[in-house]
Amino acid sequence: MTAIDPTAHLTAEQIEELGRELDAIRDEVIAGRGEKDAAYIRKVISAQRKLELFSRGVLLFSIFPPAWLVGTAGLSVAKIMENMEIGHNVLHGQWDWMRDPKIHSTTWDWDHVSPAEQWKHSHNELHHTYTNVIGKDNDLGYGIMRVDEDQKWHPFHLGQPLWNFINACFFEYGIAAYDLELGKNLNKRRRKNPEFRARARAVGRKIRKQVLKDYVIHPLLSGPSFLTTLAATFTANLVRNIWSHSVIMCGHFPEGVQVFERRSIKGETRGQWYLRQMMGSANISGSKAMHFMTGNLSHQIEHHLFPDLPSNRYAEVAVKVRALFEKYELEYVTGPLPKQVFSAWHKVFRLSLPNRKPRVKTPDREQELVAA
Amino acid sequence: MTSAALRSRAWKLLEMVTTPLLPSDYLDLVSPLRAGGDLRGRIEAVHPETGDAATLVIRPGRGWRGHTAGQYVRIGVDVDGVRLWRAYSVTSPSNRQDGRITITVKAIPDGKVSNHLVRRAQPGTLIQLDQATGDFVVPEARPAKVLYLTAGSGITPVMGMLRDIELDDVVMVHSAPQPQDVIFRNDLHDLVADKKLRLTELHTDTDGMLDISRLDELVPDWAERETWACGPAGLLDAAEDHWTEHGVPERLHTERFRPGVVVTGDGGEVTFGTTGKTVDADGATPLLDVGEEAGVLMPSGCRMGICFGCVTPLTAGAVRDLRTGEITEAGPGVLIQTCVSAAAGPCDIER
Ligand code: FES
Repeated sequence: MTAIDPTAHLTAEQIEELGRELDAIRDEVIAGRGEKDAAYIRKVISAQRKLELFSRGVLLFSIFPPAWLVGTAGLSVAKIMENMEIGHNVLHGQWDWMRDPKIHSTTWDWDHVSPAEQWKHSHNELHHTYTNVIGKDNDLGYGIMRVDEDQKWHPFHLGQPLWNFINACFFEYGIAAYDLELGKNLNKRRRKNPEFRARARAVGRKIRKQVLKDYVIHPLLSGPSFLTTLAATFTANLVRNIWSHSVIMCGHFPEGVQVFERRSIKGETRGQWYLRQMMGSANISGSKAMHFMTGNLSHQIEHHLFPDLPSNRYAEVAVKVRALFEKYELEYVTGPLPKQVFSAWHKVFRLSLPNRKPRVKTPDREQELVAA
Repeated sequence: MTSAALRSRAWKLLEMVTTPLLPSDYLDLVSPLRAGGDLRGRIEAVHPETGDAATLVIRPGRGWRGHTAGQYVRIGVDVDGVRLWRAYSVTSPSNRQDGRITITVKAIPDGKVSNHLVRRAQPGTLIQLDQATGDFVVPEARPAKVLYLTAGSGITPVMGMLRDIELDDVVMVHSAPQPQDVIFRNDLHDLVADKKLRLTELHTDTDGMLDISRLDELVPDWAERETWACGPAGLLDAAEDHWTEHGVPERLHTERFRPGVVVTGDGGEVTFGTTGKTVDADGATPLLDVGEEAGVLMPSGCRMGICFGCVTPLTAGAVRDLRTGEITEAGPGVLIQTCVSAAAGPCDIER
């Protein structure tokens, strides 16, 4: 939390003007979407499938250490591509415009224990609409952590570095539980709710399929390499989970990112909504390969402004967005992965303890945030 | 266990191996035209016919069930990255030896798909395919005397028939703007030379449009002939009136290529197909609101166009994107975000 509103210098007209400029950037990309973009996603999907097939094939012989290494590395990368650049983005509807029923947000399913439907609701709808609004956006600490000084401290938070580490290792399960709103639904009355039960069953089915595939069928197919294949798949899932957890932490948790109060978004205009996305997200800088492996979520700011634009366009959009940050004198939070990961973890540790004291006598935060 | 049951077991197991994808997602990588996959075709050659028409030679996938002369096939083509579906008559005979089929496409002004196919389609391209369909066909019991009444690209289904079925007494009246616009002109003249066809070729740029009452003079026995007519709506309407007036409507078979053009405007009557509700909508209210107002259960989420939680099939008519002003017309596989789309004329939504 910054006690001083970093957007206080903007007038209401400026904020609306900023909104119009961002709309123009969006329109331009939409008008230019075409064959090249379609070819891009098809190429990525086909490369991912081939890599996965190849790696699983190699793992049939994982009893030999070199095969284990190659297969495990390949499968880890394939799984990361599948979740990040393909799954996350297709489920956002980024490729719906192609009208290809095979690459469409309404039909896609991903290599993940959270069913696509549930994830789309909690992620696309709740998180993206209410980005960083305390009490509305559960991504803020996933309901198990305190990530802002304004959130009330509780002794439970002392353990949050550990919770966060466990969450990173089993991230896909964490997400599934989170999409189910498990914490809140565990009390007796809610547990019985038929709607919740149906969703829980869907998660159960998805977990069963995923576990069967990764930990039973593929190892069995490997015969004598049963155990080594099992270890390889486990490792690949672990790598994928830690990687995506790290990337996602970098999106909203590093120092410098703003959070907002529930009441601050009442009657929010389009310009204000855009501004909130700008102030509530953070990027990762790096090479092309780095952007690719993060599913272009390294362009988290751009993704939050335009969640439905094709991911391969974020890099070019970022140049224009960054110019707007400069023009409007706003801080564009970005940095290399290690720095951002450290920053996010630092916050997790820092906020596991109660605030020593508010750094500034709490100003009327609400008023200042109305401007945001 | 029967072999079918065994195969389905094996398939189930394979599905567990590939979950959450399907085995077919992997098989498509290597063999997109295989039996059992979605029906597709590969464009193998593009032959120009006239300045604005071309014939595409397509190798259909193994699941292709063949066609009857006169039928059409729907194809899905990616134009600028967007999959668009159109129907074209099959112009090859049904017993073509190499198993390929041909369609012949005329580029119509502003026609996205037709221009793409005629001018930019590349051999090697995969397209989506439906099975051939349509009842614009010659019955098993061959009629003794036949008249083909065609204009422009309306010749295409008839060419399919001419190449497929030999009949004793065939007359054709075909209109096109100029001689060089007549698709299949050489083939037609060859048939005439072989005495398999009597042809009246009309050039509307010099002769004007065909006046249907001139049929008496062009084909005196037209009323005795089983007639297949295909061409612009004006010609077909006139023919239908003419045949009815003379008391022989059952002799006339027509094929209309383009169903009514979508009229776009500002607002219009919205029909919610599933619930059967119909309401008037203006051009500024999101269809999500229109539906909710009318008591239709509409899925929704962010209500601002970002979550794709409100995506719904548009089955007829057109809508306008309230953010960009872009018009989307109904078609197979067309889904719209109801929270940022308003009626642009009458439209049907599947809710
Ligand atoms: S309700 Fe979210 S996109 Fe329409």
